[in-house]
Amino acid sequence: MPDVTKTAVENADPMAATAADAAAATGPAPQAEKARSLWGDAWRDLRRNPYFVVSGILILLLLLIAVFPGLFTSASPTYADLRNHYLGKPEYGKVFSAEWLGYDGQGRSVFARVIYGTRASITVGVSVTVLVTVLGGLVGMIAGYFGGWVDTILSRLTDVFFAVPFLLGTLVVLNSFTDRTVWVVSGALAFLGWTQIARVMRGSVITIKQADYVHAAQALGASTSRILMKHILPNAVAPVIVVATIALGGYISAEATLSYLGLGLPTSVVSWGQDISGGAQQIRTAQHIMLYPSIMLSITVLAFIMLGDAVRNALDPKLR
Amino acid sequence: MADVTKNDEAVSDEVAAVEAAIAKPVERGEPILQVRNLVKHFPLTQGILFKKQVGAVKAVDGISFDLYQGETLGIVGESGCGKSTVAKLLMNLERATAGEVFYKGQDITKLSRRALKAVRRNIQMVFQDPYTSLNPRMTVGDIIGETYDIHPEVAPKGDRRRKVQELLDVVGLNPEYINRYPHQFSGGQRQRIGIARGLALNPEIIICDEPVSALDVSVQAQVINLMEKLQDEFNLSYIFIAHDLSIVRHISDRVGVMYLGKMAEIGTDTEIYDHPTHPYTQALLSAVPVPDPEAREHRERIILTGDVPSPANPPSGCRFRTRCWKAQDRCATEEPLLAIPQRFVGDDTPAAHESACHFAEEKDVVHAVN
Repeated sequence: MPDVTKTAVENADPMAATAADAAAATGPAPQAEKARSLWGDAWRDLRRNPYFVVSGILILLLLLIAVFPGLFTSASPTYADLRNHYLGKPEYGKVFSAEWLGYDGQGRSVFARVIYGTRASITVGVSVTVLVTVLGGLVGMIAGYFGGWVDTILSRLTDVFFAVPFLLGTLVVLNSFTDRTVWVVSGALAFLGWTQIARVMRGSVITIKQADYVHAAQALGASTSRILMKHILPNAVAPVIVVATIALGGYISAEATLSYLGLGLPTSVVSWGQDISGGAQQIRTAQHIMLYPSIMLSITVLAFIMLGDAVRNALDPKLR
Repeated sequence: MADVTKNDEAVSDEVAAVEAAIAKPVERGEPILQVRNLVKHFPLTQGILFKKQVGAVKAVDGISFDLYQGETLGIVGESGCGKSTVAKLLMNLERATAGEVFYKGQDITKLSRRALKAVRRNIQMVFQDPYTSLNPRMTVGDIIGETYDIHPEVAPKGDRRRKVQELLDVVGLNPEYINRYPHQFSGGQRQRIGIARGLALNPEIIICDEPVSALDVSVQAQVINLMEKLQDEFNLSYIFIAHDLSIVRHISDRVGVMYLGKMAEIGTDTEIYDHPTHPYTQALLSAVPVPDPEAREHRERIILTGDVPSPANPPSGCRFRTRCWKAQDRCATEEPLLAIPQRFVGDDTPAAHESACHFAEEKDVVHAVN
């Protein structure tokens, strides 16, 4: 076997090039090609997915509003003029002005409040998701990798938290705080929300840790932290990202629900949940007060769920 | 884990002892790895919270053999006979239930993590499935180069890329491929990457767990030839686990036949293939496809009945007796030991090799019986 040490790519002999070994080398010009990975393939797939494009643009717009609300309205969300009370119905001709979407019960511009309320909702959604992913991911990874009694204890702990009704539990936790800032609300939601991620992560890690490349790393004498960070985490994280993206929309609506029930953010914070809660009391006389924050909330939640769905499809080779 | 119970001083002593043992050179033909009564039982438990052991799967149940420096020891046997568990035990990926593995005279089954790491530098493994043995998120350079991150004393930092490229060249891959991902390669190329990873630390022993059974037949030969070339080049000793008898014969100097967690027969390749004395080996060999239709007409086929018994509840006495045509009452009560059969002791025939059968006799099944 003279050509054992040569691959067909560099071998000029056409007979040797039939060696099945080298036939699968990708592309006719190996030096020009770019390295492809699961994420690279997913990205190519996503760019052509209309759901991803639409949800991505919406999310970018929402992030822009959250960071720079002043770019979108010059009106103040807290400036109240009681002369506009109830009388300030929407004036659809005056696009992007304070009067556009009318005024609420205290004479504050609904449009300005919708714009400024974005920040609180997005902040809660993103920070809860980050907290939940870190906490649940850590618990799930440790339980899945070490197994045995560590797994038993952590899994039962997860079950305990899972058994607590999410909203009811969060209400009880928040009730013990008098100063409910965005961070307190986020923490309370994350406190009971991490169980789903932990379960997904645990299952994913248990599958990955049986792969031969993990055994190969163990056979080389790799430390546990190296195996977890370099081999397990990058391969196990995809389903977690999908679940977290979908859950993000749920956390935003959970914050709105809590504010509606009076145990979310305080009235001094401008948020959609607050406005929906306040608007609900005047639903018979002035529907617009509740309508527009609700529309924004629905769009945001939908955008994140669509994004999560698109990412899941792109990361799952079986659905491709 | 052993390192929990040992204090730092004891661990340092142990590491020093292991490193001294590793530094000893072993002459060609001397045993480098000695396996003695190796046992692995996987417990079968019942109950969720309070687990109760109700039995054990006896995956490996008392195996002994030697691996000599520079040779290839083939281990064959059907699926589920414990071949891969032996590989995992030798690599310390599983802790042995009982028994010892002596590497250059040093028992490596009960070492601390640090001492084990030194041993791992010299005993490496090539895995069965090249599609799952390479991390899909790492480039080839990272996969092979990781060995130097774990054992930084083997290669200085600036030297690693060059070393990885050298290794790629040694296993017959283009060194330019260093930045590619595993899925850009074919099965045979991936297995070469796996071999390069095994070679990276310059080990003395490579344990190959069915390294070619996931590959195309045309590629199998290339990989086998590569492994033979590397053995000569780097003076390696192989333990070659497979279920393909012809490939094992091609590469091995000695062959061990396993059945249900036990070694049935062990000897040189001529002894096993041309002069088998254990009925299981004879049955296995009679199932090898013969490419010559004339010879095929004449040869005797031994067709075994029944299935392999469960390793959780193996038969008493000889494990093979439930499917053996020679089985008698003695086989159920007395377990045959792996030794040169009494009737051949002192004879200078190739049949005088270790075989675990009370009624061992020679039977040439591979060659046509006229």
